Amino acid sequence: MSPTYPALDIPEDGKLAHNIAHFARALRKAGLPVGPGRTLDAVRAVAAAGFDRREDFYFTLQAIFVSRPEERPLFAQVFRLFWRDPRYLDHMMSLMLPQVHGVQENRAAQAAEKRAAEALLDGQLPPAPKDQPEGEQIEIDATATMSAEERLKTLDFEQMSASEIADAKRMLAKLSLPVQPLKTRRSQASTLTARIDARRTLREAMRTGGELTTLKYKAPVTRWPNLVVLCDISGSMADYSRMVLHFVHAVANRKGQGWAKVHAFTFGTRLTNITRHLRARDVDAALKAAGQEAQDWSGGTRIGQSLHAFNRDWSRRVLGQGAVVLLITDGLDRDDTSLLAKETERLHLSCRRLIWLNPLLRWTGFAPRAAGIRAILPHVDSFRAGHSIASLEALGRAISDPSDHGERARLLALIRP
Amino acid sequence: MTALPTSIDAVETLLATQGYVASRALATVVFLSLKLGRPLFLEGEAGTGKTEIAKTLATALGRRLIRLQCYEGLDAASAVAEWNFAAQMIAIRTAEGATDRDALQTELFTEDYLIERPLLAAMRPQPGGAPVLLIDELDRTDEPFEAFLLEALSDFQVTIPELGTIKAPEPPIVILTSNRTREVHDALKRRCLYHWVDYPSFDRELDILHARAPEAQETLSREIVAFVQKLRREDLFKRPGVAETIDWAKCLLALDVIALSPEVISDTLGAILKYQDDIQKLQGSEAKRLLDEVKRELVPA
Repeated sequence: MSPTYPALDIPEDGKLAHNIAHFARALRKAGLPVGPGRTLDAVRAVAAAGFDRREDFYFTLQAIFVSRPEERPLFAQVFRLFWRDPRYLDHMMSLMLPQVHGVQENRAAQAAEKRAAEALLDGQLPPAPKDQPEGEQIEIDATATMSAEERLKTLDFEQMSASEIADAKRMLAKLSLPVQPLKTRRSQASTLTARIDARRTLREAMRTGGELTTLKYKAPVTRWPNLVVLCDISGSMADYSRMVLHFVHAVANRKGQGWAKVHAFTFGTRLTNITRHLRARDVDAALKAAGQEAQDWSGGTRIGQSLHAFNRDWSRRVLGQGAVVLLITDGLDRDDTSLLAKETERLHLSCRRLIWLNPLLRWTGFAPRAAGIRAILPHVDSFRAGHSIASLEALGRAISDPSDHGERARLLALIRP
Repeated sequence: MTALPTSIDAVETLLATQGYVASRALATVVFLSLKLGRPLFLEGEAGTGKTEIAKTLATALGRRLIRLQCYEGLDAASAVAEWNFAAQMIAIRTAEGATDRDALQTELFTEDYLIERPLLAAMRPQPGGAPVLLIDELDRTDEPFEAFLLEALSDFQVTIPELGTIKAPEPPIVILTSNRTREVHDALKRRCLYHWVDYPSFDRELDILHARAPEAQETLSREIVAFVQKLRREDLFKRPGVAETIDWAKCLLALDVIALSPEVISDTLGAILKYQDDIQKLQGSEAKRLLDEVKRELVPA
């Protein structure tokens, strides 16, 4: 099929429908969810609206193909390129593809220093003794893994070696974050004799010819809340945030977990929404994609600014339905802390429960001296440690308990003399 | 009954006669929705005239406006129809002792005992032609209700278990609005024409203000619009919508203000900004700075 130019002045030879189909394919390639149904609709809509003006043609197609505000700029780009010269679009796409590959390879090459050191030392470490008899070996192995697992649970993420991290990740993948369901205003049939369901009672009565024999009851339906994770990925948090994101991925992808939706955001110097990437089944692929999206990995921190961006752009969209917010940061912010205090307060007012996980809390005798921590602390519902698997397990036990405040009260007492 | 407009221009003029200044994009989707008989899904910030378009269309076309306000827990009983239990009970009592039980059975679940709710009302023929059905703030309801709407919006019919399916003889004009406090499911969006309602440009907002508050002086209107437009570029938690612009103009008119001054602005700020943080930010020198900028820009015009 050869494209026709110029597309806008097509004579009455039936090519317009073809061109719209091609355009739909171009949109699909560019990432818009466009199915054949929409293409049909588009042809019908163009036939209805006519196209005396380029503008009308544009708005007509937009009404059909676009269903989210973020898709508009993409649509505008594709429209501009396609209806000018279809070949130009193919050309542009082929130009862009190799660049994308290049970026991925570069980023994959980055590795943490600790793991690099271990790779260099590989082979110089004493090998594990291998001279035990076969039967015994199995037994020893079993006990060894048990104790190693126990040890691993309380080990700080930062102090783990590459192999320990791999083990810890496997354990994290099995962790869950159970939650209590919320009562809604909807009701369903129930045997609890609390509220009478008049409609069902009467229908039941009709079976016996209008004789009211049994009363039917209803009870409120429950639903699961949403979880919103705000994870600090700045330099001081890098080791923890990687592990916590593994945990978040496990929570987001576990079926029957309870959470209706899990939204995840990362922030360092700017806020990034990685919800979409977390949906990938494979945790490594998911975190790799998230890492590419968040360009500020292991950089500086601007917590106040990032929370401000979240409150402005996202809070109304993701916190609406009784969401629980998990804020994961060390609270070390170099910016003005009055902004941080204000934005945390706003965040706290917009969600059902705000839980702060801080890896610094692992130090016994931790005192909230940093200005950033003092700014955030009064506005959170619960303040907990988040530096090891055991602490994340404890979070799982505490998250649905409204009376749990973690270490908040103890630390607040330290701030207020 | 007014006939449906036959072109995009006709839609623009039709809306303009009712004092609604629509952008070309909005006029296009409204035209398409009328022509193709598709529901129109409007999304956008609060106060950008989404609900207003439904009201305007209903008045301009001489149709009845049926409004379904969404809220969490909205269910079929309050959206489609409910049975009048009291009347049904009385009917059972009066029929007691009567021998014809079968007749009672067929009589009890008839339309006589049905209380119509918005969705069912919209499926009924109305004087003046098919009604305008406004499903307002869809994002406030939950996913089960969205799924329920699919039947109503794609086939223009509703099902009442005891009665059967009721189909609209003439499909209503459906307008759905959302403030995007959550994402509405794609299955529902796919059945609709989508339009994101943006804040208007300076010229269009001025036109809107002329149409809605014609008593305001030209210079004051220009100042108001320029100030609000400037405000929208500021870093605010909730940016003011067009509704706020109109409200504010009316406030200023009620106070007999002829030109904006920092004092007047700080006294009436509550009409445009609805969050304490935002108001605090704008109190005092900040308002003066914005006003000075506005006045400087308006001089050459």
